[in-house]
Amino acid sequence: MGQDTDALHTRTLTELANALRNGEFSSRELTEHLLQRIHESQDRLNAFITVTADQALQQADAADKARANGNKESLNGLPIVHKDLFCTKGVLTTCGSHILGNFVSPYDATVVERISAAGAVMLGKTNMDEFAMGSSNETSYYGPVMNPWDTRLSPGGSSGGSAAAVAARLVPAGTGTDTGGSIRQPASLTGTVGLKPTYGRVSRYGMVAFASSLDQAGVITRSAEDAALLLGVMAGYDERDSTSVDHPVPDYVAGLDKPIKGLKIGIVRQHFDEGLDAGCEQRVKEALAVIKKEGATLIEVDLPNIDLSVPTYYVVAPAECSSNLSRFDGVRFGRRTDNPEDLLDMYCSSRGEGFGAEVQRRIMTGTYVLSAGYYDAYYLKAQKVRQLISEDFKQAFRNVDIIAGPTAPTTAFALGEKTDDPITMYLNDIYTIGANLAGLPGISIPCGLVDGLPAGLQLIGPHFAEETILACAHQYQQLSDWHKQGPEDVW
Amino acid sequence: MLPLGLPEHLGGLRRGQENPEHLVSLTKDQVQHIATLARLKLDDAEFDDVVDKLSRIVDFVDQLQVAATDHVLPMAHPLDTSQRFRADEVTEENKRDEIQKNAPKVENGYYLVPKVIE
Repeated sequence: MGQDTDALHTRTLTELANALRNGEFSSRELTEHLLQRIHESQDRLNAFITVTADQALQQADAADKARANGNKESLNGLPIVHKDLFCTKGVLTTCGSHILGNFVSPYDATVVERISAAGAVMLGKTNMDEFAMGSSNETSYYGPVMNPWDTRLSPGGSSGGSAAAVAARLVPAGTGTDTGGSIRQPASLTGTVGLKPTYGRVSRYGMVAFASSLDQAGVITRSAEDAALLLGVMAGYDERDSTSVDHPVPDYVAGLDKPIKGLKIGIVRQHFDEGLDAGCEQRVKEALAVIKKEGATLIEVDLPNIDLSVPTYYVVAPAECSSNLSRFDGVRFGRRTDNPEDLLDMYCSSRGEGFGAEVQRRIMTGTYVLSAGYYDAYYLKAQKVRQLISEDFKQAFRNVDIIAGPTAPTTAFALGEKTDDPITMYLNDIYTIGANLAGLPGISIPCGLVDGLPAGLQLIGPHFAEETILACAHQYQQLSDWHKQGPEDVW
Repeated sequence: MLPLGLPEHLGGLRRGQENPEHLVSLTKDQVQHIATLARLKLDDAEFDDVVDKLSRIVDFVDQLQVAATDHVLPMAHPLDTSQRFRADEVTEENKRDEIQKNAPKVENGYYLVPKVIE
């Protein structure tokens, strides 16, 4: 191994796959190196809730053996981490919550199962906002994650642990989930690539549910190429998730060669309103200029109802969450209060003690908008506005192949800066929520630095057009090196 | 860090012009009722904060009222799909003991809860 060890952690999944095949080092050597980095970073970054070192070394040895026997699994021996929202058999799955603080899943999520079956080595479970409800990782019961670019700043959320781990070169790839921007926004704030596939593209089986009509699993990586590699493994119909879609899974890696030339790129006026930081706007416009120079046509498109996407989301998502989280009752799994007075007190106290403030607010918002007398005014109204927003996107995609713009309104913000006002926090997802409401695939890729902090370019495609946005992202990454820039080691 | 300036169209909201303050605010009784429905025991020390923040959230989402939605069908699902059925076959074996390892209190395969009937 020798002098190569130092550079191991800077390589992408695709580069590591080639190096493992060429025998440059073993999976065990790679795994030990990354586990050491995770261990050293934990005090400063808090990116992990659980590190599965023993299991990882066993998987690495098995991968080395399989490779020696000629096995050519697509992710053989490659390291990965999972957001602590995916159930992992025999390993703690907390979802960032106190109430699941002792929950050991009896089964694997489909995403975990498929990635493991392809030969990957799981290094651990990453920190996240409690039940994925948050945009800064500060709602985690296990403490906030720090942004490796500057540990005073938030990495974004809710998949902040995976984003920070990938940005800090602790691991080349991590899974995440995106209900309103929870993969794309932290990717933007940490200078990583975050892919949220089409709703139904990846099975939700074994994901702790937040808002079932919006939740979608995806990945955080350092290149579009790696995102394509992982999506090919994760995507596809799963009979255990009745909302997963039986739609052919293309070879996403092979599709990356498709040129930018000829693409019609839609630009949404509202995405460049005064809410957008001037530095981020500049970086996004520069990236669009690069794409245009490659032969794409930029076309202004109108999404007349997009201004209402955040309020729509904050009716629909809490409504679904209030229903989904009713399963946490202190009876079958999860934490129960000590010495309850009676059955009702057992429910109320277990939930009052087990859920953090933001989760309680969302459950109550959802309960309110679904309650007698308010259902029509809020929930039904929001579902109608959601239809309008979805129609706006359909209309726009009659004229363009991709919609491009900023991922987040600013670069990374300070920890504690937005915790006093939920609305200020919610508006972080102003550019990402539309894709969730309409079920569209979206990707955030690094497009430059503003005062030394990364900014993200978001590409949104029509349903099942992951190939198109991945190819555009990959081609852009052949012309730029923003995705190769990372923070200095901060520990 | 540059603070996030609220976009005019959201920060200012298209809420009622006559009252720039909370147009929609929840009473303490309402919040207590919601908490009871949601089976949440709220912390007394934080109750006022919960009322304030929930009011702000409800006020924020209330701007949906301006949207013209006559004759618009509510959207229940992001894709035009219908519920898929599977054959009514046993596909899982009984894993009760394994599953109950996560339960706070069990006895002889039953989940124990506080006495319901006196």
